[in-house]
Amino acid sequence: MSNSESGSGVGSRAFDVDSIRADFPILNRKINGQQLVYLDNAATTQKPAQVIKSLTDYYEQTNANVHRGVHTLSIEATDGYELARTKVAKFINAPRREEVIWTRNTSESLNLVAATWAEANLSEGDNIVITMMEHHSNIVPWQQLAFKKGAEVRYLQHDDEGVIDIDGAGGVIDSRTKIVAATHMSNVLGTINPIAKLAELAHDVGALILVDAAQSVPHMPVDVQALDADFLCFSAHKMLGPTGIGVLWGRYDLLEAMPPYMFGGDMILEVTYEDANWNDLPYKFEAGTPNIADAFATGAAVDYLSALGMENVWKHEQELTAYAMEQVLSLDNVKVLGPQDPALRGGVISFIHDTIHPHDLGTALDQQGIAIRTGHHCAMPLVRSYGVVAAARASFYIYNTKSEVDAFVNGISETEGYFSR
Amino acid sequence: MTGGMSGLGEMDELYEAIILDHYRSPRNTAPVEGADVDLEVNNPFCGDEFHIQLKVEDDAVSEVGITGRGCAISQASASLLAELVKGKSTDQVHDAVDSIRRLLKGEEITDEEADVLGDIEALGGVRKFPVRVKCALLSWVGLDDALTEHLSK
Ligand SMILES: Cc1ncc(COP(=O)(O)O)c(C=O)c1O
Repeated sequence: MSNSESGSGVGSRAFDVDSIRADFPILNRKINGQQLVYLDNAATTQKPAQVIKSLTDYYEQTNANVHRGVHTLSIEATDGYELARTKVAKFINAPRREEVIWTRNTSESLNLVAATWAEANLSEGDNIVITMMEHHSNIVPWQQLAFKKGAEVRYLQHDDEGVIDIDGAGGVIDSRTKIVAATHMSNVLGTINPIAKLAELAHDVGALILVDAAQSVPHMPVDVQALDADFLCFSAHKMLGPTGIGVLWGRYDLLEAMPPYMFGGDMILEVTYEDANWNDLPYKFEAGTPNIADAFATGAAVDYLSALGMENVWKHEQELTAYAMEQVLSLDNVKVLGPQDPALRGGVISFIHDTIHPHDLGTALDQQGIAIRTGHHCAMPLVRSYGVVAAARASFYIYNTKSEVDAFVNGISETEGYFSR
Repeated sequence: MTGGMSGLGEMDELYEAIILDHYRSPRNTAPVEGADVDLEVNNPFCGDEFHIQLKVEDDAVSEVGITGRGCAISQASASLLAELVKGKSTDQVHDAVDSIRRLLKGEEITDEEADVLGDIEALGGVRKFPVRVKCALLSWVGLDDALTEHLSK
């Protein structure tokens, strides 16, 4: 049976962490003899059996190329590939399914916009406004474009707790601003940014708003229309899906007017020896054989999350974050970056220990089976602005529990004990 | 409940007593006046950075000063390096860097090499933690390159 027959109607399911955990084979792993406690979800999440199975099912039952055959498998592959697009469109409340473009990841989605829309629309003296808390993926493409165009990259400031200075934003965004590109949720600070407000400020001066939703779409309900966004980017691998596939959503009229990103098969309508013209959306932006299997699996990931309900996902993470913040803030030697009020942040807790370097802590926690991220988190300028070059980060997802938070906090104490022997 | 000291016992191979000692009280941290070799080494990946200064007289290292910040391994390693290079000829330093590289890669070193390294052999425990080898090598490799460059001038 093809995915197109089985995957459309998504049932709902109670948010029960025990039953969720049972879906994730990797959670049974022992690391250094200890039960795995996986707290590196902002880097990538684990995958449930349903997503893994959708990949094997696809290869065992459906595999064929898309959009180019009249045989049954090709038709089923095409249907499933397109159904996954529809699922993603619904998931983010996109007005039209053709607005969902498959890319490799958030980084490629951002590069696509910089290389096509911005390349065509920016001139010398124009500016691009981003925040001081962007991932390198939402800094470097703009810097490079600005160098090339003689344009300027401007930064929205934030306070000590990582809250954007929205009142000061009016002084940064001006008549030469062409695009405001901001992360919806910071992968370091956990801050949730006021995107709808930024969209209003951008639109007031005729600029566009691009949302880096790599850390928001996986964790909270995201509605591109409610945000009044123009572009929105995210990666499947941070939301239970496979690596190697991501999404660019863009407003239809914008995508329609944009030049293609890459050239080749599938993105053309007609080719002569002299010239070519472009296929309709979304295919104009999908040159070559796409990542069909991972699109199927992304559809399965969206089904999984939709069945749980994104409000419930968000609620679970908020509860866990509040619980973890309380525990971590009670440690004497630990400083948490970003908002201290859990209500203002998502499930990402970056912290600095007064005496233990993040890498020593990372190794010590790993010895206890606990996986956290250490380093600059692909946000070097931001981490440096806190006077350090590296931080440790714990980040949560649907399968994490309070007892895992306890294990993590206890692990920090054990490490302190170890190094003060 | 996860964790417990049982999990951390394995760490002793990485953080031997001598490593923790050098990490807590790094040696040779005073700045060197009129240094012949003065370099900053850093690993942007983890943010570790060290400032290494040497005075080279008659082809031997007469003074050394190393300061910086980093994890316990990189700091202890830098301090151990500082202890070792003092009074050594540039050739001897180069050979010692070669020994430590091989030691950390898990290759055998001879008894004579081990004698030269002395306490530094304790860094060998890093082998079991491959992602941390870079921490241990940072100052060594930087210094070796800087010395080679100094000699070619
Ligand atoms: C906020 C943010 N933007 C962009 C990215 C880049 O995502 P990817 O590596 O999947 O392209 C990440 C992932 O770390 C992120 O957290």
